Amino acid sequence: MTVVETGSSKRVTGTRLLRREDPALLTGEAKFIDDIVQPDALCMALLRSPMAHARIVSVDSSVAKRMPGVVAVYSGSDLRDEWLAPMPCAWPVTGDMKNPPHFPVAADVVNFVGDAVAVVLASDKNAAVDALASIDVSYEPLPVVSNLEDALADKDLVHPALGTNVSYVWTLEPDKAKVDQAFASASHVVKSRFIQQRLIPSAMEPRGVLAVPHPYGGEYTIFSSTQIPHILKLMLSLTVGISEAKLRVIAPSVGGGFGSKLNVYPEEILALTLARKLHRPIRWTEERSENSLATIHGRGQIQDIELAADADGKVMAVRVNLVADMGGYLQLLTPGVPLLGGFLYHGLYDVPAYSFTCTGVFTNKTPTDAYRGAGRPEATFAIERSMDALARKVGIDPAEVRRRNFIAPEKFPYASAAGLIFDSGNYLSNLELALERVGYEGIRAEQVRRRAEGSRKHLGVGLSCYVEMCGLAPSKVLGSLSYSAGGWESATVRILPTCKVQVVAGTTPHGQGHETSWSMIVADRLGISPGDIEVLHSDTAIAPYGMDTYGSRSLSVGGSAIYMASEKVLAKAKLIAAHKLEVSPEDLDYQDGEFRVKGSAEKSYALSAAAFEAFTAHDLPEGVEPNLEATVTWDPPNFTFPFGTHVAVVEVDEETGQTDLLRYLSIDDVGNQINPMIVEGQIEGGIAQGVAQALYEEAIYDESCNLLDSTFIEYLIPSAAEFPNFELGSTVTPSPTNPLGVKGVGEAGCIASPPAVINAIVDALTEFGIENIDMPASPERVWKAIGAARGNGTQVD
Amino acid sequence: MKITTIVNGRSYSKDVEPRTLLVHYLRDGLGLTGTNVGCDTSSCGACTILLNGESVKSCTVLAVQADGKELVTIEGMATESGLHPIQKAFQENHGLQCGYCTPGMVMAAASFLKENPKPSEHEVREALEGNLCRCTGYHNIVKSVMAAAKAMEGVVL
Repeated sequence: MTVVETGSSKRVTGTRLLRREDPALLTGEAKFIDDIVQPDALCMALLRSPMAHARIVSVDSSVAKRMPGVVAVYSGSDLRDEWLAPMPCAWPVTGDMKNPPHFPVAADVVNFVGDAVAVVLASDKNAAVDALASIDVSYEPLPVVSNLEDALADKDLVHPALGTNVSYVWTLEPDKAKVDQAFASASHVVKSRFIQQRLIPSAMEPRGVLAVPHPYGGEYTIFSSTQIPHILKLMLSLTVGISEAKLRVIAPSVGGGFGSKLNVYPEEILALTLARKLHRPIRWTEERSENSLATIHGRGQIQDIELAADADGKVMAVRVNLVADMGGYLQLLTPGVPLLGGFLYHGLYDVPAYSFTCTGVFTNKTPTDAYRGAGRPEATFAIERSMDALARKVGIDPAEVRRRNFIAPEKFPYASAAGLIFDSGNYLSNLELALERVGYEGIRAEQVRRRAEGSRKHLGVGLSCYVEMCGLAPSKVLGSLSYSAGGWESATVRILPTCKVQVVAGTTPHGQGHETSWSMIVADRLGISPGDIEVLHSDTAIAPYGMDTYGSRSLSVGGSAIYMASEKVLAKAKLIAAHKLEVSPEDLDYQDGEFRVKGSAEKSYALSAAAFEAFTAHDLPEGVEPNLEATVTWDPPNFTFPFGTHVAVVEVDEETGQTDLLRYLSIDDVGNQINPMIVEGQIEGGIAQGVAQALYEEAIYDESCNLLDSTFIEYLIPSAAEFPNFELGSTVTPSPTNPLGVKGVGEAGCIASPPAVINAIVDALTEFGIENIDMPASPERVWKAIGAARGNGTQVD
Repeated sequence: MKITTIVNGRSYSKDVEPRTLLVHYLRDGLGLTGTNVGCDTSSCGACTILLNGESVKSCTVLAVQADGKELVTIEGMATESGLHPIQKAFQENHGLQCGYCTPGMVMAAASFLKENPKPSEHEVREALEGNLCRCTGYHNIVKSVMAAAKAMEGVVL
């Protein structure tokens, strides 16, 4: 399936090679953070504020300090002098963005339920947790800012010193006059408000950290359940004030992240700080309810979107106004997350005029940050729900309104009104394939039949066509968006003396199967077996350079770097072969481990011989260094733009409001596929998370900003029983942006699925005239909407 | 107090605090860290093991309740001759991604397939309701369990 150059006659890329990661994970051999044995470690536990907004009057830990096993107890003020800098926010999206400094343990004011106020170190976890209950904290309550509209009105202030709850206003409006003109001359204007509820990412493995000091060597090893060991190392150095050269960060097996482990957290900084202070290893393991309170949340937006369209339903302009919930503080990427969707509210439609504004506001809730899709699910939801509304207004089928608006294949590379260059796409044929596979006409006919017979079980079909931008990213573009880091990726490919290969990757997997996929890329390029390739990663001492794993970037950026490093090391081996065969390198072909002289194939030199020659260095050509190793750091010229069509078929029971997901079909185009098995797995998992947003999940707060669903009993992570089998298909439109022609797949399912499901529910409820159901579309919410639409309250006749 | 258990065929006698949960006894007491903890409300099933042949969430059982009983954890599934058919089916059907829920899924599947060796897909989905996975969307987990059932046809567990 892939089109890249290969040195193998037995292509591995494009096949469903089983994952090399699995045996260790299936047997308990894999080591997650809490499995790492460190016998002399102190257990750390944090006392968390039960108040959403309060002044800390006093912290009395005298009793706790005397409890058995307790080694130390610190309040925020005890630790005031330990920090070199506040918690990092790496994305100051505007020059005047307000970012109140915050520290790992609050000393004066708490700003959300879960904010740490004291820390206990004890000989074991039970002792540490027992001691927490004996710490007496006196709070003076402050007014709580609980919802986005109140926050925006500055009724009460989260951070009074700022004088406002608004952190920033960010605008993307390349041509305002054009937008105004489009709305003035529109035949149809579709205006909608959508709510992106807060979500709790809920990786199955909670977070954890183990900081090990080496007091006599003056160094520290930090193990963390993180997606970003490289970024974490840098940020730990900057906040704790330990030289980067003295820090080694290792991400062991990581039990899922979904963006929630793409952060720098108080506990990581604390563990290192206290390891330095006490010269003892410090371990912290997050509990699930802590994970719900103290690990970042996702989404949390009010979206106002307007489309201006002509009489045929051709969209002329999109205007969007967001209010985005930052929570109590800005975490690593908090302010930038809504903006990652800010370029994509016109979806995959050819829209000439565009306006987007986002206002980031503080509330007294857990900080938000990147959660799978980060900005793009929100954008896709708003445009895809709006396209259905437009179809109703124009009086055409939802599929037809999309056909009329797609960017045509011949327009690629396509310069969008928002300022992006879409790399490649073929949207119409993708949609048509999805409609054909799902049997769209048949479903519509069944719907008509059911309606005619007055069925109380309403059939609905919902479409979601999506495009996303991933493969973060060209460093220059990130710079222009005020992001404080680059978007490159680094890889080293090393051919060892026995012709086994080491790949050193700067990306950090947490379930994506990188070791398998990276070995496949190298196997094809070098013409050797994937089994002879070792993949090293997630340890800053082994892989010193990397920008880590998020934003569906690992394959398109990191995989490309690996491919290029393979080419580079092969080119070096070729110099050695040419020298040995006494020909020019241009005269050599390479396949399956052998260099052969063009036209006289009997004259050959093995890669394994070159590897050993490079090792002994007895007879290398002039100017060629010993060892076969090549490093490439690649900065992509553009983002990549995966796309596809998702179709949900639902049945809504008007008597109970229950939605059953009958079928779910997707046709995704993620460019070339290295391992289709892994690609499908990523999409399936993404679909489930998106369906969960549509139907089940929401972080629910009361008026005092208490999180009401902080455990898995209340927060509805769906189980296997809630889903049908997914029906997957693909089209392949290679990306011209990178040498592998790949686009990225980690977030696509999650980006596409929420609007497919809600469009299906609204479609099912057409006869009630219901235009919108907020997420999650719980039975209660749907039932009430039906009742309200009938004009008889919540009664069902 | 002292308890004796047979874990993966090996006998252990150990002192435990009365409040010790079985999962902590396995992980911290015996060093069998393959069994994971994913929640604190017995909701996620990551800690599922077999207790006298039946699946239990080892975070809902006190270690003392396991006194005198036989336990199988994920470490007891593979043998010298390789992965257990359920483990193999999970690999062959890409039934895991991050792998954190996987030991619990495998143990829950082992118990379920003993009760119902020829399940329908629907029955598999219902049976795994107490085991949460955030990565796979369950699609391939269901496929894995169906494949394991087929592979184990006629095999007495």
